[in-house]
Amino acid sequence: MFAQAPLKSGRGRWETVEVDAILLARGLSKSFRGIQAVDGVNLTVRRGTIHALIGPNGAGKTTCFNLLTKFLNPTKGVITFNGHDITRRSPADVARLGLVRSFQISAVFPQLTVLENVRVALQRKRRDNFAFWRSDRVLKKLDGRAGQLLEEVGLEGQSSHRAADLSYGRKRALELATTLALEPELLLLDEPMAGMAVEEIERTADLIKRSARNRTVLMVEHNLSVVAALSDEITVLARGHVLAEGSYATVSRDERVIASYIGSGHG
Amino acid sequence: MSATAESNAATKPPVKATAAASRLWGFGVVALLIILGPVVVYPVLLMKVMCFALFAAGFNLLLGFGGLLSFGHAAYFGIGSYVSAYAAKAWGWPPEAAVTAGTAAGALLGVIFGVVAIRRQGIYFAMITLALAQLIYFVCLQVPFTGGEDGLQSVPRGKLLGLVDLSNDLTLYGVVSVVFFLTLLLVSRIVHSPFGHVLRAIRDNEARAISLGYKTVWYRLAVFVLSTVVCALAGAMKAIVFQLASLTDVHWTTSGEVVLMTLVGGMGTLFGPLVGAAVVVAAEFYLASIGSWVQVIEGGIFVACVLGFRAGIVGTLADFGRRSIAARQGASARAAVN
Repeated sequence: MFAQAPLKSGRGRWETVEVDAILLARGLSKSFRGIQAVDGVNLTVRRGTIHALIGPNGAGKTTCFNLLTKFLNPTKGVITFNGHDITRRSPADVARLGLVRSFQISAVFPQLTVLENVRVALQRKRRDNFAFWRSDRVLKKLDGRAGQLLEEVGLEGQSSHRAADLSYGRKRALELATTLALEPELLLLDEPMAGMAVEEIERTADLIKRSARNRTVLMVEHNLSVVAALSDEITVLARGHVLAEGSYATVSRDERVIASYIGSGHG
Repeated sequence: MSATAESNAATKPPVKATAAASRLWGFGVVALLIILGPVVVYPVLLMKVMCFALFAAGFNLLLGFGGLLSFGHAAYFGIGSYVSAYAAKAWGWPPEAAVTAGTAAGALLGVIFGVVAIRRQGIYFAMITLALAQLIYFVCLQVPFTGGEDGLQSVPRGKLLGLVDLSNDLTLYGVVSVVFFLTLLLVSRIVHSPFGHVLRAIRDNEARAISLGYKTVWYRLAVFVLSTVVCALAGAMKAIVFQLASLTDVHWTTSGEVVLMTLVGGMGTLFGPLVGAAVVVAAEFYLASIGSWVQVIEGGIFVACVLGFRAGIVGTLADFGRRSIAARQGASARAAVN
């Protein structure tokens, strides 16, 4: 079921076997001043799936996430994206390759309007981003697409509001729209439902499901019912190790998983 | 002009339309003040205001729109001033060439120092820029061609393009006004360009901008250099206007003064630095009789600004305007949202 470790062929290229893995991590480790936050994690994200990364607090989910998106550099291990070794690439580089993340604490551009937030993401592919002598009227071409994305997350009525004035849940929705604007091949969501009201959770889950139709999603999420409903594949982390992997049904019956969740006070 | 404003109002959301319209108004007011100013105020004082307003506008590009607090912008103002003064005096260059040379020197220094400083942010960035500026100060104090403690005095104003004699204050006033106004338009364009949009996004949340694939370091370097160019131009013009380049231009208190001007006027606003510069320059001029108490008053103004209206004079006025518009639209907007 899982890919074997990528083999380094004679030509020095990482090759994957058996499954169509979009993202692979092998032996991923990160220590902070002697504390092993992530220790030898192997992760295989198959193309076209929604993959969830769960685990009790302090399991290393966020560190793992930051390693995969290159916001942290691993102490050991290899990460490949579409067969390319990205272990030493910069975060801006991997974003350009199509691996785009969201943040746990809502990451919007507070002083920009809602429309401008999405437009900045759409703007990235333009070639005139250093053109300080050009009028910003050229950006109006992007307004249509930005409006569509805002409609998808239900923010169309607030496009001229400052992002700072939105409610927490609405900021998360805006962040998602901004992320989707880049048409990422692989979407990494760091607790997309955190702090959302119930009806917003449903709407966001629906949106994630829709946007996963033509891309792959890897998410860290605490809300287990969301994870159960959305994900095809779950990796459970505990103390920096992979505890279990598989579908929700498999994972939720795993005794070590149950023990680690009860042990840390989660239901 | 009014036709574009109308079409904007029809197609853009209301907030943007009012922003564009108020910008137009702002430029109109500035133009009017430039034209009517000399009737009431001594032109040399107005030219001083314009030079410092440009200095503050350049500084504000970096602080207000780039989110980077430099504490060493006197270096670029001063280099612009010294090089332009030296070119005009020692080499006998015409004023337009001297000012261009001063600006180019500032740009060059901006690139070199920018590459060094831009790797750090926050307090470290401020400290590095301060250290680099102090380096320039001591160089200016020691090298022979800056005139040391005396500075470069009686710099000839020369003839613009070999034709227009600038020794007349009002003629010079006209030239300075045109350069000032055009540079202000350039600054406005930088802020409202594709580059300006990315820049504000980086200022707001750099990690997020990186995660969208922006190589933010290059944008920060670009705005740093643009900022130093405007500041060097301000210094270069100042040297021609006052026929003087001195150590005050590169002194750290000048770096502090530009921070004060920008904050008092309103950082991150287009016209705030102009108002701030006018307030500070006017205070120094009209209160000159009370000596160093001026600095105490400036300090008082600064504290009042930071405590009372943090957005500065223009920022507070703009907030007030925005709120009254929002209040008018608020009810209908909220109904539509819910």
